[in-house]
Amino acid sequence: MPNSSDSLTDLGIAAIRDGVAKGDFTAVEVAEAFNANVAAAQDALNAFIVTTPEMALEAARATDARRAAGQPLGKMGGVPIGMKDLFATKGVQTTAASHILEGFKPEYESTVGQKLWDAGAGMLGKLNLDQFAMGSSNETSYFGNVISPWRRNDGGNAPLAPGGSSGGSSAAVSARLCPAATGTDTGGSIRQPAAFTGISGIKPTYGRCSRWGIVAFASSLDQAGPMARDVRDCAIMLEAMAGFDPKDSTSLDLPVPEWEAGLSGDLKGKKVGIPREYRVDGLDADVAASWDRGIEWLKDAGAEVVDVSLPHTKYALPTYYIIAPAEASSNLARYDGVRYGLRDLPEGAGLQDMYAATRAAGFGAEVKRRIMIGTYVLSAGFYDAYYTQAQKVRTLISHDFKNAFTQCDVILAPTAPTAAFGLGEMVSDPLAMYLNDVFAVPASLAGLPAMSVPAGLNREGLPLGLQIVGKPFDEQGVLNAGLAIEQRAGFAARPQRWW
Amino acid sequence: MSTYRIQGATGEWEVVIGLEVHAQVTSNSKLFSGAATAFGAEPNAQVSLIDAAMPGMLPVPNRECIRQAVRTGMAIQAQINKWSRFDRKNYFYADLPQGYQISQLYHPLVGEGSLEIALDDKNPEDTKTIGIERIHVEQDAGKLMHDQHPTMSYVDLNRSGVALMEIVSRPDMRSPAEAGAYLSKLRQILRYVGSCDGNMDQGSMRADVNVSVRRPGEEFGTRTETKNVNSVRFVMQAIEHEANRQVDVLESGGKIVQETRLFDPDSGTTRSMRSKEDAHDYRYFPDPDLLPLELDDAFLEECRASLPELPDAKRHRYESALGLSAYNAGVLTADVDTARWFEVLLAATAAKAGKSEADVAKQASNWLISELFGALNKLGKGLDDSPVSPEGGAELLALVADGTISGSIAKQVLEKMLESGDGAAAIVEREGLKQTTDTGAIEAAVDAVLAANQDKVEQYKGGKEALFGFFVGQTMKAMQGKGNPQLVNQVLKDKLG
Repeated sequence: MPNSSDSLTDLGIAAIRDGVAKGDFTAVEVAEAFNANVAAAQDALNAFIVTTPEMALEAARATDARRAAGQPLGKMGGVPIGMKDLFATKGVQTTAASHILEGFKPEYESTVGQKLWDAGAGMLGKLNLDQFAMGSSNETSYFGNVISPWRRNDGGNAPLAPGGSSGGSSAAVSARLCPAATGTDTGGSIRQPAAFTGISGIKPTYGRCSRWGIVAFASSLDQAGPMARDVRDCAIMLEAMAGFDPKDSTSLDLPVPEWEAGLSGDLKGKKVGIPREYRVDGLDADVAASWDRGIEWLKDAGAEVVDVSLPHTKYALPTYYIIAPAEASSNLARYDGVRYGLRDLPEGAGLQDMYAATRAAGFGAEVKRRIMIGTYVLSAGFYDAYYTQAQKVRTLISHDFKNAFTQCDVILAPTAPTAAFGLGEMVSDPLAMYLNDVFAVPASLAGLPAMSVPAGLNREGLPLGLQIVGKPFDEQGVLNAGLAIEQRAGFAARPQRWW
Repeated sequence: MSTYRIQGATGEWEVVIGLEVHAQVTSNSKLFSGAATAFGAEPNAQVSLIDAAMPGMLPVPNRECIRQAVRTGMAIQAQINKWSRFDRKNYFYADLPQGYQISQLYHPLVGEGSLEIALDDKNPEDTKTIGIERIHVEQDAGKLMHDQHPTMSYVDLNRSGVALMEIVSRPDMRSPAEAGAYLSKLRQILRYVGSCDGNMDQGSMRADVNVSVRRPGEEFGTRTETKNVNSVRFVMQAIEHEANRQVDVLESGGKIVQETRLFDPDSGTTRSMRSKEDAHDYRYFPDPDLLPLELDDAFLEECRASLPELPDAKRHRYESALGLSAYNAGVLTADVDTARWFEVLLAATAAKAGKSEADVAKQASNWLISELFGALNKLGKGLDDSPVSPEGGAELLALVADGTISGSIAKQVLEKMLESGDGAAAIVEREGLKQTTDTGAIEAAVDAVLAANQDKVEQYKGGKEALFGFFVGQTMKAMQGKGNPQLVNQVLKDKLG
């Protein structure tokens, strides 16, 4: 029975929930242990923008009191988590990692956040991310880079990217600063950081989780999801996060399945599609090898493996980099210095000058780049050539998946074309950075549930992830295939604590 | 129908006019938020998190606003699009918190419709059809206040997010009078439907006026758009000024620039606001926060079933079924509140008389138009703040109908009703105004009048029959108006016979 604080922070959601319920330890002990880990790692990893140890303790005390009173503890009873700083948290600074929102304390809680607190979770703090969730390495945050807890096995101590945009979430979960964290995924922002740090993460079907109270990046793509140690924890936390929200017009009006209860790694009778277009020229050999191992594991779990085609895959990235910036350019117009957040009002400035000064000072370079791309593709004379065309291609990409799913139940592919790269290695080449999302973006464009699970280490000792993409609403099929891989991959690697 | 022409130095010019009318939808809450919409609230008292565009806030369409726009479309015989979509119109301004207005550019809720205008009140059947291209729904912006601080402007977001219908006409109007008639007719229909209160002075209805001029029968000229004109009279003034300005420009060899102009109500003129070159690129695109709006048959059926009788139909019915004159029917249907008032009066009058509405319609309409309107007018009041209710009016009319009081006494009673707010019967009772049907008393009064006017009796008998009215008048006067006119007539005839 674990009782030292070190072993408490080794526990995931299910173990904490069950241990607290049984009385093996108290929720307060758990919160204290994670609070200590958060504090110890903050300088080295910079995973949090704000830490809220008191809030974690307060939630834990409430859980312990409920247990003492014999009341039910909730799906996340006693589990402290990290919140990506894209979720509005009532009374706690919410920045989207941007200077333009520095100091902003919302009067409201996001729907997903409220559901988690109602389920008994507590908040350890607000996790760092790429600014407005724009980035794949967590290098665009105004509050500094997040450093991955992982290091290459070459003896060098080169700081590595934890992935992005949910880089604070991935670093914190893999470094045992929290058992789980919220993420959001617009074009891979849950899956790619999960793959880079050896954890699991699922982006559910678009509309499963309410977007209300999540700072918008690209509305038609943004989806919240859990990032956790394993598949079961993802299932538990997703159950707590998901559900219809009348405040979000794009929310799915469907009951939330009992994903945890439905977990099964037995894939007999299931067909797994292998998309031939993902086997791109020059695919990293370790990534290719891990994909092949994944295919064998799923066969071993009873699945039949079939070759499928997603012919418009090569257009997914350009399509994404039209649609997402277009929506972002409009979504970010509200940060204008008028009502909240940063206001830069030069001496004698008028309204236009205030806009220009505020937005110039408030937004980072990558955010500005995407606002400019989005403004360009929506402008008169270019709209049809870019935006309309991209929407048509988006439809074709959805049709690709629809066709493929007539032949298979889930699709297996690598999560990212590489393992984690070093900080600073890609920042000067935005296109190379964008390419890191090449396998993640198609499922986002099609709104499909997709998850990344750890599949092993590459020759540098860094984690690789495998991605499972499912049919709309079939998170269960995705989780089950993920579980089958998890059961066979035997992934036990974890970053050595150097911080 | 219009032969309106501008006489230029080089010949005649025809004016071509189209109107884009912004009508605030009557609803308790805003188009995409639950905030209230009442006029005149304290600044920023009616602002939700959504209206203030706080981070992470999302719009949810208000069904009532959609319903009102659909009903409006039905009232102008327009095509209702069962599938429509919201688009974002992007521009920066301090009264626009989101940095975009949610509107409908590509797929509006309501498609083509039309309405009929009549230019001559006396000839309401001489009509012209004005095409309506579309109605779409969109958010209103907030309001800047420049007089609160020496160097800063303040923003009031109460109006931010309020639902508007933009009703876009075809360029079918050819004179200021036609445009005025169109706007009045549109306002009348909106008020009947109940989808907009039509209060132009509160900004509930305002028009963007598109004007161009051309030689009669030639191609359309370049148009200008004069923004936010907020009365029928101003619209007509703006057109007249703008058309003449354009003629002057063209005749002096200039070209009309496609531009946005502002109307100055004090001078009745328009001035340039921004040219096409400076026009915003609004970067319209479908709002990704909202699903397409899909309407089912049950919803449309409910909208149709809830439509009231519309003004033209009502006017025709008043003439054909109630037997009212075209003039009276026109007056009573001009505004929905008048028609409603009249119909309550009519129903109550018929009920009290035990007759059909058609049998009492003339009496009721004449009383309303010639008696009550006149009396209210003297008090500076309208029907909406009339101290006399339609039921009270019906009570008065019943007293006349059953002979309790005469028509002339009824005028006195009405005045007392307006002064005191008391009911007609109570006043008649209290003031002893009841008509006398006691033939003895009438005979006594007649005898006295005839005795006092022997000379006139002689003249009458000598053939000057016009004096009969004099005797009636004298008798009524002697009886303080309370003699039953029929009986007075009868007795006089007998005595003079």
